[in-house]
Amino acid sequence: MAVKVIKEKCVGCGACIKVCPFDAIKMVDKKAVITDKCTACGQCVQKCPVKAIEKEEGKKGGVNVDEYRGVWVFAEQRGGELLNVAIELLGEGRKIADELDTELTAVLLGHNIDDDAETCIKYGADRVLYADSELLDVYTTDGYAKVIYDLIQERKPEILLIGATNIGRDLGPRLSARVHTGLTADCTRLDVDKENRRLMMTRPAFGGNLMATILCPNHRPQMSTVRPGVMEKAKPVEGRKGIIEKFAPKLTADDIKAKVVETVKSDKPVVALEEAPIIVSGGRGLGNAEGFKLIEELAKKLGGVVGASRATVDSQWIDQPHQVGQTGKTVRPGLYIACGISGAIQHLAGMQDSKCIIAINKDPNAPIFEVADYGIVGDLYEVIPAFIEALDNVDDIMEAIKAVK
Amino acid sequence: MKIIVCLKQVPDTNEVKIDPVKGTLIREGVPSIINPDDRNALEEALKIKDKCKDTVVTVVSMGPPQADVALKEALAIGADEAILLSDRAFAGSDTWATSTAIAGAIKNIGDYDIIFCGRQAIDGDTAQVGPQIAEHLGIPQITYVEELEILDGKVRAKRALEDGYFVVESEMPVLLTAIKELNEPRYPSIKGIYKAYRENKVTVWTANDYEVDRDNLGLDGSPTEVNKSFTPPGKASEVEMLNGDAKEAARQLVVRLKERKII
Amino acid sequence: MNFTLTKEQEMVRTVMREFAENEVKPIAADIDETGRFPRENVEKMARYNMLGIPFPEELGGAGGDELAYAIAVEELSRVCGTTGVILSAHTSLGCWPIYKYGTEEQKQKYLIPLAKGEKLGAFALTEPNAGTDAAGQQTIAVEDGDNYILNGSKIFITNGGQADVYIVFAMTDRTKGTRGISAFIVEKDTPGFTIGKIEEKMGIRASSTAELIFQNCVIPKENLLGELGKGFKIAMTTLDGGRIGIAAQALGIAQGALDETVQYLKERKQFGRSLSKFQGLQWMIADMATEIEAARMLVYRAAYNKANGLPYNKEAAMAKLFAANTAMNVTTKCVQLHGGYGYTKDYPVERMMRDAKITEIYEGTSQVQQMVIAGHLLR
Repeated sequence: MAVKVIKEKCVGCGACIKVCPFDAIKMVDKKAVITDKCTACGQCVQKCPVKAIEKEEGKKGGVNVDEYRGVWVFAEQRGGELLNVAIELLGEGRKIADELDTELTAVLLGHNIDDDAETCIKYGADRVLYADSELLDVYTTDGYAKVIYDLIQERKPEILLIGATNIGRDLGPRLSARVHTGLTADCTRLDVDKENRRLMMTRPAFGGNLMATILCPNHRPQMSTVRPGVMEKAKPVEGRKGIIEKFAPKLTADDIKAKVVETVKSDKPVVALEEAPIIVSGGRGLGNAEGFKLIEELAKKLGGVVGASRATVDSQWIDQPHQVGQTGKTVRPGLYIACGISGAIQHLAGMQDSKCIIAINKDPNAPIFEVADYGIVGDLYEVIPAFIEALDNVDDIMEAIKAVK
Repeated sequence: MKIIVCLKQVPDTNEVKIDPVKGTLIREGVPSIINPDDRNALEEALKIKDKCKDTVVTVVSMGPPQADVALKEALAIGADEAILLSDRAFAGSDTWATSTAIAGAIKNIGDYDIIFCGRQAIDGDTAQVGPQIAEHLGIPQITYVEELEILDGKVRAKRALEDGYFVVESEMPVLLTAIKELNEPRYPSIKGIYKAYRENKVTVWTANDYEVDRDNLGLDGSPTEVNKSFTPPGKASEVEMLNGDAKEAARQLVVRLKERKII
Repeated sequence: MNFTLTKEQEMVRTVMREFAENEVKPIAADIDETGRFPRENVEKMARYNMLGIPFPEELGGAGGDELAYAIAVEELSRVCGTTGVILSAHTSLGCWPIYKYGTEEQKQKYLIPLAKGEKLGAFALTEPNAGTDAAGQQTIAVEDGDNYILNGSKIFITNGGQADVYIVFAMTDRTKGTRGISAFIVEKDTPGFTIGKIEEKMGIRASSTAELIFQNCVIPKENLLGELGKGFKIAMTTLDGGRIGIAAQALGIAQGALDETVQYLKERKQFGRSLSKFQGLQWMIADMATEIEAARMLVYRAAYNKANGLPYNKEAAMAKLFAANTAMNVTTKCVQLHGGYGYTKDYPVERMMRDAKITEIYEGTSQVQQMVIAGHLLR
């Protein structure tokens, strides 16, 4: 057990028990005892008022970390197009590489995508390792894992970032297990411990109720998947110089065991309201059924689903399945935007547990503002279009903010 | 057919709350459930068994002794046998160490055609253990399975992408990870509950009961470690009103949302 | 005294709660509004052996016990009083008499499909002129060769019109008073057996409560349940057990109302703060929670006794008396705590209050329960 209670120091106050997220501490004869449920998260170590708990190092295995240098980014492409998340990771990767005073490399796999390699340089990569093969045209676990594994063995990067897309979450763990290194999923923040050349990877757990900062101290590369939209996109620099290493990887059709026989693009089926991560709801303030067109536009822009108050359903401006509230559906999305909804208790009952609530209403006294995180008093027919426009220009806006700071 | 279903007992994270005063997780009174994606994996295995009567479905789980209840529930739902990997040596495992322990146990079980996992657990949320088990066993994987067909000696699956799907084929043995869209999980039957407790087909294996590399288990065998954990900033008790005209307010809103990484 | 449930019983509760939340709750308000019998949920419950919980596997049951069954009724009733009584009437009143008094052939022919949920059961004792005075049976069964001919009518029969198998009580010998009543197993669609009026009720509106009409209905002799003339005893002992089911239903309704109200009090704000901060309301919640817990102890104790072969006549009567009273009390207060909103159909508590009332009336009114209990003490 790597987290130990120093019995002589323990005063039996129980502060550690209260703070343990895993229920792993109990009191025996007025002394705290740590049980098998412990995951060494360290909350008790921080909380103990008499410093009676300590973490021991007992780690086995690992590699000589000094042999590993360089920050790599898996430049995911689909159908020849680099994904936005790849560009975000190049931006983040650049920052990390600069702090560690090392090279940023983009790892690009595909077929006939030379222009994507150029794009990687434009967005900040010093080098692109571009494996070109027909067998890599479409993603397969076996093909991509083998090629990248071979590259890692050859070049020994210290960090590898992968976008947490459906593909990235398939590739990441397969690769990290083959390399025998640590992988931290869905990171929302990456910091650098310069002295030890360690990546500090912060991610949510327990359905987002807890945040944890993870280290991979003794194994390399330190691998991390990052959710799309979390990191800032890199800025393109026209004419930037870099090295593109294009090569044909050692890969045969026999290497690929799970074969992709068909690729189908489809309109995702309508997400159920209860499952939608983002909901944009319209209320009586819309004035008429037409107003829902604007709600739909905003919902589409955010990748969300349309909700409605009871009043609009009763007036037949929209169908019942969209209704949120006591006699409709209960939802708890990551983002709920209430437009022209007053916030009667029957509606609140259906949405107040949403993680972030935005309210737009003409009436400054509308009860919806009591449960909102952010409120805008105004005409939704002005505010929503302005919001959509701002979303289109979000990168510029964030730049402007940074310039002022 | 021989199918192995990997299952995890997890706290119902919908019920987990944050103590607003202390900023800590309240675990008290939070019920433990079978991880939802694992229920989908088990359901698909049982659907195969419904069609092909001589299929044997074995459930494997790594967890503390209390996870026995989750395995009994899996038996009550219709699994044929259950193995609980429980040992102090497993405590504090990250996904590498967990997948090592489970893969070792699967090797010990013997032959299998399909290993079914849930895509991810609602407490860890990593979606890593399934693919890592496949790597340890050296078998192909198909993740995010939203539809499955069993053909002669191989499987054909629709593998979900954000905007569509791949149709992927693989020979068996193969590891599959299930998502919610795959099926509607059946409930445990009442008869199944009594049968599960009466027959008690849950076997417990410690790290000594099968061949596994002890250096790669538990806290010490985990390449990653938790440096610190904290509760995210909670909901502010007051609403923040954004002033100015529509354009200005919208701008401020976008900034707030971007800073909070909500968009 | 062991106050913990067995692991099996705990898992039964977990499963029933999940089933109730996912399958029963979403349609509860709708079926109450329309009075539609939730046939699809009955079929789903059948698939999971929920319609034969206390009966052994060899007889089509789940191999569980009375307490697990009471918990099942409680969990269903917590979200829908109707679904709770459908299960209770079927299991305690429709299946149990055959289990206890049936011949091997009758068990094979009727109990197995009933316990499996392939068929639904009902119990027909009440008549227009025989409610609390159950002995005043006017339905007659006359012997005729290899058959009995039934004539008469029954009212207020739960699951009537939806059930496949009915336990029907009739007078076989007028001269013998209560010892002249016999029990029969009658299948639906038997010529001469028709369903009459389906009642429009205050509560449990989707439970099918029907009039049964027998006009020269021919029943084969082998469908006599138990001995001739022993029908009244069969009816009374069956109702003893049925009481536990209804007590569980009342308990579930009360618990459901309390759970909803606790949630509402936390959400609703008046005078600048949540209603949960007002002491007067806190006291009401405390009292209701205590009352419900007391009811729970009585219900579980009665079920435990029955499951373990201990006497349960008095215990079941106490459980029903107290639990029904609790249900009415608690649901009424819960509507009150919701204020005006509680009186509207937007919130489920008004339905729960309407559902609660019947628990004080059917399967022996509260007054009958008092008579039973007093009978034990004042003998």
